[in-house]
Amino acid sequence: MEKVLEVKDLHVTFSTYGGEVKAVRGVTFDLHRGETLAIVGESGCGKSVTSQSIMRLIPSPPGRIASGSVLFKGKDLTKIKEREMRTIRGSDISMIFQDPMTALNPTLTVGKQLVEGIIQHNGSTQQAAKKKALEMLTLVGIPDPEIRFKNYPHEFSGGMRQRIVIAMALVCEPEVLIADEPTTALDVTIQAQILDLFKDIQKKTNVSIILITHDLGVVAQVADRVAVMYAGKIVEAGTRRDIFYKPQHPYTKGLLQSVPRLDLDGADLIPIIGSPPDLFSPPVGCPFTARCDYAMEVCDRAYPFKTHLTNEHHVDCWLQDERAQKMLASIK
Amino acid sequence: MFQYIMKRLIAMVITLWFIITLTFFLMHSIPGSPFNEERATSEAVQRNLESFYNLDKPLYVQYGSYLKSVVTLDFGPSIKKPSQSVNDMLGRGFPVSFELGIVTLLVAVFSGITLGVIAALRHNGFLDYFAMSIAVLGISIPNFVLATFLIQQLAVKVEIFPVATWSSPMHMVLPTLALATGPMAIIARLTRSSMLEVLTQDYIRTARAKGLSPVKIVFRHALRNALLPVVTVLGTLAASILTGTFVIEKIFAIPGMGKYFVESINTRDYPVIMGTTVFYSAILIIMLFLVDIAYGILDPRIKLHKKEGS
Repeated sequence: MEKVLEVKDLHVTFSTYGGEVKAVRGVTFDLHRGETLAIVGESGCGKSVTSQSIMRLIPSPPGRIASGSVLFKGKDLTKIKEREMRTIRGSDISMIFQDPMTALNPTLTVGKQLVEGIIQHNGSTQQAAKKKALEMLTLVGIPDPEIRFKNYPHEFSGGMRQRIVIAMALVCEPEVLIADEPTTALDVTIQAQILDLFKDIQKKTNVSIILITHDLGVVAQVADRVAVMYAGKIVEAGTRRDIFYKPQHPYTKGLLQSVPRLDLDGADLIPIIGSPPDLFSPPVGCPFTARCDYAMEVCDRAYPFKTHLTNEHHVDCWLQDERAQKMLASIK
Repeated sequence: MFQYIMKRLIAMVITLWFIITLTFFLMHSIPGSPFNEERATSEAVQRNLESFYNLDKPLYVQYGSYLKSVVTLDFGPSIKKPSQSVNDMLGRGFPVSFELGIVTLLVAVFSGITLGVIAALRHNGFLDYFAMSIAVLGISIPNFVLATFLIQQLAVKVEIFPVATWSSPMHMVLPTLALATGPMAIIARLTRSSMLEVLTQDYIRTARAKGLSPVKIVFRHALRNALLPVVTVLGTLAASILTGTFVIEKIFAIPGMGKYFVESINTRDYPVIMGTTVFYSAILIIMLFLVDIAYGILDPRIKLHKKEGS
C-alpha cells in the first residue's frame, strides 16, 4: 500500500524551568492511504504531542522537534519553511481537536469559519467557497445547511459542533486527517454517530486518518492498525486483530485488562498499578519496568530491541528475546 | 432589538431624573447663595433678587419648576451672567469639549489597542516590556502633571506647539496627549492581557491548523474576542476623559464646558450647575448605552433582545 506519511525517529522536547521534558522519544510509524491508524496510550504518553508535531503546531517555544523527520509525499515537514508549512496545514493535512465546545471561534459564524480555509488554500471566490462549504455541511450531516451556515457556534449542540469541526477539517479534501481525541468530550450516543461519520467519509474520500485516543472501545470500532504509546515511545504496534487478540507487550495487555467488559460478568477490572515515569529524566531501560509484572534485571539496564512478529506486528520488550522465551517455556 | 432600546430609553430617563433630583438638593444644601458676596447688599435688594429668581419659594416648589424647565430643555438664564442663558453656554462650550473628548478617545483607543496587541504578540520580549513600561508610566502620571510637563518641554523649551488656547489642529496636540495617555495605558494593559488569554484558546489553534497566516489569525480570530473586555471599560473611560477635561481645559485655557462648570460651583450659579451636570450625565448615560449596543454587535452570544417566540 502507498505510504502517505512516514514518521521516522521523531524526538520532541519541551524546555521548562524544571529542565527538558522529553515528551516524544523516537517515534516511528507509517500511514497508508485510506487506512485508520489509532495511537493509544494513557494521558501524558506523548500521543497528542506526536500528532501536533506532524502539523508543527506544538507551541514553540517551549516545544521543539529535536530530531527525526516527518515525510509527507517525500517532503520532510520538519525542515520546510513556516510559510510552506502553512500551505500544507488545513489543505493536505488537517486536524480535529478534542473539545468542539472551544475549537470554534464564538464570534464568527460557522459559515465564515468554513469558508476562510477554502479561500486560503484554493483561492476560490466567495460563492464557490460557500457552495463547497454547504456541500461539506451536508456530507457531515448538518440539516438545513443554508440556514445553519449563518449560525454562530453557540447555536449548535456539542455533537453538531464536532460535525462542523470535521467539516472544517475536510473542506479542502486533505490526504491526512489527524483526529486528536475527537469523541472524548461527547456522550456515547453522539460518539457512535461521529465514529460512523468517520468511516463513512473515509469510504467516500479515501482519506487517511490518524486517530489519537485513550478509548480502546473507539479503537476497536474504527482502527485498521494500532500503535500503543508509552512514555514517549511506541511500545507495540500491529493490526487491530494483533493488538486485541495477540497483545505481546505487558503494557498493552494491561490496557486491555483495564477496559470494562459486559461479557465478563462480575469480573473485577485489573488496573495497571503505579504511574508513568518522569520524562524529565526517562529511565535508560524500558520505561514500563517499574509497573511490569514480568520485569527482569535486563529491563532496567537497557531498552529492548524491536521484535518483528509479523510484517505489521512489532513490539519492544525483552520478553520477546529468545532466552526469555526459553525461560517462559521451561516454567510452563 | 427595538423593544430593548425602548426599555433602555425609559431606564435612562429614570436615571437622569435621579441625578437631577440628587444634584438639585445637594446643591441647595451647600451653604451660601449666588448673592453672598464680599460687599454686602442691603436686605431689601437681597430679597428682591431672591424673589426674582424664585429662590424665596419653598424648595419643593423650586424643584417642581426646575423639572418643568428641564423637560422643555430650557435651562434658564445664568444668575451671575444675566445676559447669557445656560443653553448658550452649553452651545458654545460643548462643541469644543466634545471635539477634545472624541479626539482623545480615538487616540487612546487606537494607540492603546495597538500597543496592547504588539505587547501580546511579543510576549516577554523587548517590545512587550517597552510597551508595558509606557503603560505603567501612563497610568501613574496624573494628566495635569503630564500637561504642565508637555507645555514646558514642547511649547516653552522647544517651541513646536502653542502653549495654550484653541484655534488650530496644532493647538489640539498637547491637550490631547495629556488627556489620552492615562486611558491609553489602561486600554493597552487590558488589551495585552486579554489578547494573551485569547491566543491560548483552542479556536486559535484551530485557525492555525487551517493554515491561516499570523496576520489573519490576529485580526480575524483573536482581536475581536480580545476586545470584549476593552469595550466594557470604554464607557467608564469615556466618563473619565469627559470629566478629566475640566482640569486640562483650565491648564490649556480651552473654552470648553469645564470652565463654566467649575466657575458655576464656586459662585453658586444654580442654573449653570444644574445645566452642566444634567448635560454631562445625559452624555455619559448615552455613552454607556452605546457601549452595551457595541457589546451585542461584537459578541453574538450576548442577546440584546429576546428571541422570537420565547
